[in-house]
Amino acid sequence: MNDMTPTREQREAKLEGMGCKRKRVEDIRFTQGKGNYVDDLKLPGMLHGDFVRSPHAHARVKSINGDEALKVPGVLAVITAETLKTVNLAWMPTLAGDVQMVLADGKVLFQNQEVAFVVATDRYAADDGINKVVVEYEPLPPLIDPFKAMDKDAPVLREDLAGKTTGAHGPRKHHNHIFEWTVGDKDLTDAAFRKADVTIKEMISYHRTHPSPLETCQCVCSFDKIKGELSIWGTFQAPHVIRTVVALIAKIPEHKIHVISPDIGGGFGNKVGAYPGYICAAVASIVTGKPVKWVEDRIENLTATSFARDYHMTTEIASTREGKVTGLRVHVLADHGAFDACADPSKWPAGFFNIVTGSYDFPTAHLSVDGIYTNKAPGGVAYRCSFRVTEAAYCIERGMDILAQKLGMDPAELRLKNFIKPEQFPYHSALGWEYDSGDYATAMRKMMESVDYAGLRKEQAEKRAAFKRGETREIMGLGVSFFTEIVGAGPSKNCDILGIAMFDSCEIRLHPTGAGIARVGTKSQGQGHETTWAQIIATEIGIPADDIMVEEGNTDTAPYGLGTYGSRSTPVAGAAIAMAARKIKAKAQMIAAYKLEVHEDDLEWDIDGFRVKGLPEKTMSMKDICWAAYNSVPPGMEPGLEAVSYYDPPNMTYPFGAYICVMNIDVDTGVYKIRRFYALDDCGTRINPMIIEGQVHGGLTEAFAIAMGQEIRYDDDGNVVTGSFMDFFMPTAVETPHWETDFTVTPSPHHPIGAKGVGESPNVGGVPAFSNAVNDAFSFLGSTHIQMPHDFWRNWKAAKNLGVFA
Amino acid sequence: MIPGPFSYHRPATVADAVKLLSTMGDEARPLAGGHSLVPMMKLRLATPEHLVDLHGIDGLKGIRRDGNTVVIGAMITLHQLLASDEIAKSLPILHETALLIADPQVRYRGTIGGNVANGDPGNDMPALMMTLGASYRLEGKSGARDVAASEFYQGAYFTALEPGELLTAISIPVPAAGHGYAYEKLKRKVGDYATAAAAVVLTMAGGKVATCKIGLTNLSETPLLAEDAAKAVIGTSLDAATLKKAAAAAVAIMAPAADARGPVEYRKHVGGIMVTRALQRAAGRVG
Ligand SMILES: Cc1cc2nc3c(=O)[nH]c(=O)nc-3n(C[C@H](O)[C@H](O)[C@H](O)COP(=O)(O)OP(=O)(O)OC[C@H]3O[C@@H](n4cnc5c(N)ncnc54)[C@H](O)[C@@H]3O)c2cc1C
Repeated sequence: MNDMTPTREQREAKLEGMGCKRKRVEDIRFTQGKGNYVDDLKLPGMLHGDFVRSPHAHARVKSINGDEALKVPGVLAVITAETLKTVNLAWMPTLAGDVQMVLADGKVLFQNQEVAFVVATDRYAADDGINKVVVEYEPLPPLIDPFKAMDKDAPVLREDLAGKTTGAHGPRKHHNHIFEWTVGDKDLTDAAFRKADVTIKEMISYHRTHPSPLETCQCVCSFDKIKGELSIWGTFQAPHVIRTVVALIAKIPEHKIHVISPDIGGGFGNKVGAYPGYICAAVASIVTGKPVKWVEDRIENLTATSFARDYHMTTEIASTREGKVTGLRVHVLADHGAFDACADPSKWPAGFFNIVTGSYDFPTAHLSVDGIYTNKAPGGVAYRCSFRVTEAAYCIERGMDILAQKLGMDPAELRLKNFIKPEQFPYHSALGWEYDSGDYATAMRKMMESVDYAGLRKEQAEKRAAFKRGETREIMGLGVSFFTEIVGAGPSKNCDILGIAMFDSCEIRLHPTGAGIARVGTKSQGQGHETTWAQIIATEIGIPADDIMVEEGNTDTAPYGLGTYGSRSTPVAGAAIAMAARKIKAKAQMIAAYKLEVHEDDLEWDIDGFRVKGLPEKTMSMKDICWAAYNSVPPGMEPGLEAVSYYDPPNMTYPFGAYICVMNIDVDTGVYKIRRFYALDDCGTRINPMIIEGQVHGGLTEAFAIAMGQEIRYDDDGNVVTGSFMDFFMPTAVETPHWETDFTVTPSPHHPIGAKGVGESPNVGGVPAFSNAVNDAFSFLGSTHIQMPHDFWRNWKAAKNLGVFA
Repeated sequence: MIPGPFSYHRPATVADAVKLLSTMGDEARPLAGGHSLVPMMKLRLATPEHLVDLHGIDGLKGIRRDGNTVVIGAMITLHQLLASDEIAKSLPILHETALLIADPQVRYRGTIGGNVANGDPGNDMPALMMTLGASYRLEGKSGARDVAASEFYQGAYFTALEPGELLTAISIPVPAAGHGYAYEKLKRKVGDYATAAAAVVLTMAGGKVATCKIGLTNLSETPLLAEDAAKAVIGTSLDAATLKKAAAAAVAIMAPAADARGPVEYRKHVGGIMVTRALQRAAGRVG
């Protein structure tokens, strides 16, 4: 060997494969302002559309008059439900099996609902036109409080459903009822509660909030009359699904629909669904023959395109006196707003909320969910979470703290006592899931040691004593959260969207010089797929990550995929990538064997190529194999080196983590200070530790926002009172706490590379940690549960209610 | 979020600006930093037909000391206030307050003139100007006049400015050397207007408060001077009972609206706390 021969470490490092803190390749363009977003797209002759929206939460629409609007210079069309009816598009199907008005048809059901679409030569003219459309409303009584939705005399919201006693998910009990979903063994659970030494019961609300990505929802639709083709550039987290939905509802052949998701500025679930703006822009383009752009503003985004949570969870836990849990019973009142536009897999009206048994070994459990309509924006999207997992984690993690308080036990100790043990995996939960792997106690203990949990409890006890002596006005809380997620939707046996199984896909093509392209069915909105997907391939087939281009989002070129949300990209597409790479590797091995004149079985893989067993000098690099694939393949073999894989996962993956938040609250003002936040995540195999850390930072920041103030709040008349960033809490770097991250690694046994997904863990696990910290701070004053969000005035109010100012 | 149509003018002198404003009447508005006006235009809550941009008028810029008075041009930005040594030296409370307004981007554009002329009860400068005994120079078709800050605010977005009048400068008497000061502001986040805020300027003699002025932000339709509260602390050493009395006197004149920052009860409660904390911090700074 001469000195120029790279060492194994150098060859390994050059690949920048799995485990490497590879810098994000997409950031080269993003940090220079060279990203390419929907709003950057300008097509010749492009028109602009914008909505007339309802000021009322509930009203009959008596008339819509666009005559004056059409006189505004530049305004070309005013589209209403009547226009859409001519093409049968006044209503559209939702992903949850409901239907939704595209434009107000006879009545409006939430404030800022889309009423008419004004199309003009520029954005200013469109808005001038909007102000000239005259809509006559007859206000109706609004229904805002979900707990009143099923009152006998509650207003009828959905007149289109009159007489329909069955919905997409079974019987409807009331005119404002959508579905009831039950899981688990009711009798066994009831029996466990009858026998229990100790029980708790609390109505735990997870308030309505919004994913609020920096870039709002938007699209450009361009219909080519000559070719009969529709091109749509949009902020779509699942572009292929959009293509299929358009084919089904617009009756355009699917091969004549081109859906392109360019760079996306954050999605967080907001960009999974289909919104009226997309339909209206497409219809407007078909009508005018010109490209039409629709770009939401911030207020529209917060108030009309989807919301998240709004789950009201009556939670009961049964336990022995020693703190061994024996049963869980949860009833959820799920507020879906005016239409059930929840973006869950079709058969799951409450998503995977049945993960609500969490990390604990509950012998029995029972869950029922009632979905209801109110006069609020439609949705129920998974805001950085896998389909209601966030709500479930909050429910059980608050519940466990409440139980610990009742038992007089430390909340960490109670959790340790009830964890599913490593030897119980694969573990079958009482509500029907098969957890793949986990080592909960190790993660929990690591967290407790890292922050000196015992020391913090001691400090808290001292502070409480000082507070009682009147020496301080500050109280201190420790918020423990141990979450188990269920992500990676999902196996075709239980997951589909509109009948399409939730597989994902990858196509890899290697070029003669040893570089290549990978096209994947997912769509990054900031997760860094261009970086991490190449790392998986680099490790699998020994081509440096830098030499692999990753492409997503163009339905003409990418293989069919179900998109990116629910932490599914790594568990599903990540597996497809590894499997496609392995197909390539298998062919490469045949080529190498032929070229090295040995039997395939005599070869072994070595970082970036094959070598002959026992003869380490006799090697063929992957780069050389690429060249050979295009000129000297074995007789009978097709030339080329490419592969496609569609991966139907055998199971979900179950990431978990141990978080703790240390917080002080000034009772006089309710102002809190996050002293410390430590997050330990176990997402199985770690592809890029730097990207994981970035994902955790971002998700924790969202969790912080949600728990401490981020809310879509309605007044009694159905007006949104938090409809801009002035009032919808979007923390800046100044408010955001410092994050400490840590990890353990428990690979998924069924995933090709053992990876579980991490994008959503911090949002899921973070919210209960913050909320538990607030609740823990107040608990010694006699409170059991204080509802989120925990903004300043509500903290003050809690203190006041507990008699602190008496 | 798209403003309606308007025409744009950029005069070079105060006289030209005044002429434009008075000939175009009610439909014309001066444009300073635009950080209050433009958001309102985007929401079409304001729909001026003409904007008269004041950025071309050199006469509205500059900070100068005139004996015991600091005179600040209306078009001085909050950022320029923060960068001024004169302000840091003679009006440290103005520096402290400017730092609590919005974020650097907003402060690069937002002007002191726009802040005090706007009439938004959420703006921080008006209560401070009242506390400092400042006066505003207003120039219109019929000449110039000076109006005390304490006489200027009449209701939310309703001020002593007559149509066609421009606020050209702010004069602030320099507080006594060694005075104590504090601006206490409770807000939910950077970039938020006050849930409640209090400005205090005081002097002490022999361990007792000799003079005191207290101003309140966003606790009523207009900025407030808490005169009874200030009276309550004169002659005291700011003991606990006095602080309590002063806070209660301040709370008595507060009439905030309920909003996403909290219900009325909360905003008044923390208003009292801001007064207490500002008094304590101001006293601690007397030197
Ligand atoms: C995100 C954000 C947060 C903010 N937070 C705060 C805060 O916490 N505290 C605070 O005090 N402010 C805050 N502001 C407002 C900011 O300080 C504004 O810049 C200021 O209120 C207005 O100054 P301007 O120069 O931008 O005025 P403009 O917006 O240009 O004008 C405001 C009004 O005053 C009139 N006007 C302007 N100049 C004159 C003049 N010379 N004579 C007569 N009339 C005039 C205009 O016609 C208009 O009606 C915030 C702004 C933003 C965007």
